[in-house]
Amino acid sequence: MAKNKKTQEPVAATVAATPKGGLFDYAPAPESPAAAGDIATSYGHFIGGDFVDSSGSEALKTVNPATEQVLAEFAQGTEEDVDRAVKAARKAFGGWSELPGSERAKYLYRIARIVQERSRELAVLESIDNGKPIKETRDFDLPMVAAWFFYYAGWADKLDCAGFGPNPRPVGVAAQVIPWNFPLMMLAWKIAPALATGNTVVLKPAETTPLTALRFAEICRQAGLPKGVVNIVTGDGRTGAALTAHPDVNKVAFTGSTNVGRSIARQLAGSRKKLSLELGGKAANIVFDDAPIDQAVEGIVNGIFFNQGHVCCAGSRLLVQESIQDELLEALKRRMATLRVGDPLDKNTDIGAINSAAQLARITELTAAGEAEGAERWSPACELPSAGYWFRPTIFTGVTQAHRIAQEEIFGPVLSVLSFRTPDEAVAKANNTPFGLSAGIWTEKGSRILWMADRLKAGVVWANTFNKFDPTSPFGGYKESGYGREGGRHGLEAYLDV
Amino acid sequence: MSDIATRLDVFKTYKLFVGGKFPRSESGRVYEVTDSKGQWLANAPLGTRKDTRDAVLAARAAVKGWAGTTAYNRGQVLYRVAEMLQGRREQFAAEVAAAEGLGAKKAAALVDQAIDRWVWYAGWTDKVAQIAGAANPVAGPYFNLSVPEPTGVVGIVAPQAGYGHSFLGLVSVIAPAIATGNTVVVAAAADAPLPALSLGEVLATSDVPGGVVNIISGRTADLAPTLASHQDVNALDLTGAIAADGPGAAAVLEAAAADTLKRVLRPAVDPSAQDWTSAPGTGRLLSFLETKTVWHPMGQ
Repeated sequence: MAKNKKTQEPVAATVAATPKGGLFDYAPAPESPAAAGDIATSYGHFIGGDFVDSSGSEALKTVNPATEQVLAEFAQGTEEDVDRAVKAARKAFGGWSELPGSERAKYLYRIARIVQERSRELAVLESIDNGKPIKETRDFDLPMVAAWFFYYAGWADKLDCAGFGPNPRPVGVAAQVIPWNFPLMMLAWKIAPALATGNTVVLKPAETTPLTALRFAEICRQAGLPKGVVNIVTGDGRTGAALTAHPDVNKVAFTGSTNVGRSIARQLAGSRKKLSLELGGKAANIVFDDAPIDQAVEGIVNGIFFNQGHVCCAGSRLLVQESIQDELLEALKRRMATLRVGDPLDKNTDIGAINSAAQLARITELTAAGEAEGAERWSPACELPSAGYWFRPTIFTGVTQAHRIAQEEIFGPVLSVLSFRTPDEAVAKANNTPFGLSAGIWTEKGSRILWMADRLKAGVVWANTFNKFDPTSPFGGYKESGYGREGGRHGLEAYLDV
Repeated sequence: MSDIATRLDVFKTYKLFVGGKFPRSESGRVYEVTDSKGQWLANAPLGTRKDTRDAVLAARAAVKGWAGTTAYNRGQVLYRVAEMLQGRREQFAAEVAAAEGLGAKKAAALVDQAIDRWVWYAGWTDKVAQIAGAANPVAGPYFNLSVPEPTGVVGIVAPQAGYGHSFLGLVSVIAPAIATGNTVVVAAAADAPLPALSLGEVLATSDVPGGVVNIISGRTADLAPTLASHQDVNALDLTGAIAADGPGAAAVLEAAAADTLKRVLRPAVDPSAQDWTSAPGTGRLLSFLETKTVWHPMGQ
């Protein structure tokens, strides 16, 4: 922390009380922002095991999207910073990759344990920086982060048994660029398999959510991780582009928008750098007339309103069988009216803040297009806090396949509802986007689940459930949702020279 | 009188192989194919961008049936290709010898290896899911399986001629892609397309459904960019894209493929040194697979 300047007071929870859902009243149940620990007023990069100042003078600010309060300044990484970080990673690579797998494993186990120990701190910090509800960071993100390190720790000394030949080698220095929707979880998805396979990394967190990655750097120090094995360079897309273009990185891993993924793929053409991409999605969540309605409604809500809909695999297109459309929509609206939008640090909050003003503007623009193109918009009545970035959970009915809201990723709490009559029609509509990340099927009929799962062009298919993740389970897309898989044995391949 | 033969050989008009049929190129043009000494062998159709797009249409139409057939059935179809090739071994040995400037014995050995390669991949169709799939022990009450699936339509720039690449190399890139349920559009080795066009005749009589394999001859610089940029091609095998620059160069094609986020199999660092006679391993087989993970709750 030497280079991180003086700490500031914990950020007060100033968000207005969550509006009443109509069914139940809840007293506020605020988590303490102080649990996030000290947030420095300004951060540099984490390079070669130390916090260092940027070579440039440009600084960015990260704000609490629920209050618009500035949380900290952080460095806009320059090409020189990136170069320094890559050099540190290159220097560390020899020793790290030659370390017996069993020893590398112990470092990863240590990290997993420290993440568990500091879980509350990290959950609160994540919630403050990202705007997502504390119950999600506490019950989903952080357990998943620890699980990811725990799972890949166990692979480190078993790589010769993983099916990639008798002596699989690491790729080298991995450049990793991650998004803001699951800042710490995406970090874990990237760093855990990279380290387990003997690579060293330079990671760039998103410019709206750098704080937990910088806190993770402290965890690397507590774990005694050799200097330079993990380097974190902050900044916006310019820093990311400098990192992915750096001639001395051997592998690029990117999670983010399809357009940026496309430009990275173009940038790397002919370079022989290994590339894995996790990009956008427009998942169909398909509900048949024999589905258990209440469970399906829960699945739909979880599918699109989890993490404010800031989920690449979100079930953003509801395909409902025509015969139950009215009944289902009524149940869905009834359920949506109970969603509590507001203070992310309130333990009762279901939907937190939209991550940034820019993201809110994008959601607003796309939903306006939905109305302009003739779809019918509905949101439950709910008060929103006056400060911060908020968007009511919203559904569009009367959506056709040609509408922008049926084709483009909205990345917000917005559901487009389409209907179908036959299973064949459901498959055709579900597959009718350039994306292919995920899909959902709700029906009691087992044979139909398997028939549908076989035909859906999607890397993950959730049947009678949605948005489930596990480190043992490969995740990734078909078509323009990117290539490569994260998680499971398959996730090792991205970081091995095979 | 002495130079007039008593019986003329019947020459073959070489044609493209698209959708199970043998069309002439829509260009109405051919180009001269010569042997290694520059002697004329035949005229090959000069395939065009339009021919390539037609082939992609045929390949797309064939995906559903081919991917949907059982792995057991696909294995038998691939084995059937080996059977048919075995019966035409001498023809292919002669074509490879002419195309590559090899002795008869060496050419025959390469054809034998190509036959064996079909047999090797025939055996993989019903096993690849068992090495590439997984039952995932997730921390929760879910039944969770990962299964490999074909990517779809694969565009292949076949290895260029030299040391048997025009046939053993060709078979080595086609067989793994279709073994896993993909369909392919192949730009044959530009200077030695005759073994590839003859392979079409074998495939047509081998129970391979029309459209599963489509073979186009012509200039790589005309055909490959169409495959790389085509919206309905899902993956690109650049094995034969070796030119250092120009529209057929690997880097240019890879950049074009980025627009549709195609899966790209890059060429070897030194494609001319690639040894097709060595054991192929599973690399190519796994290159054109997607992994689909299916979750279902477990409960009473």
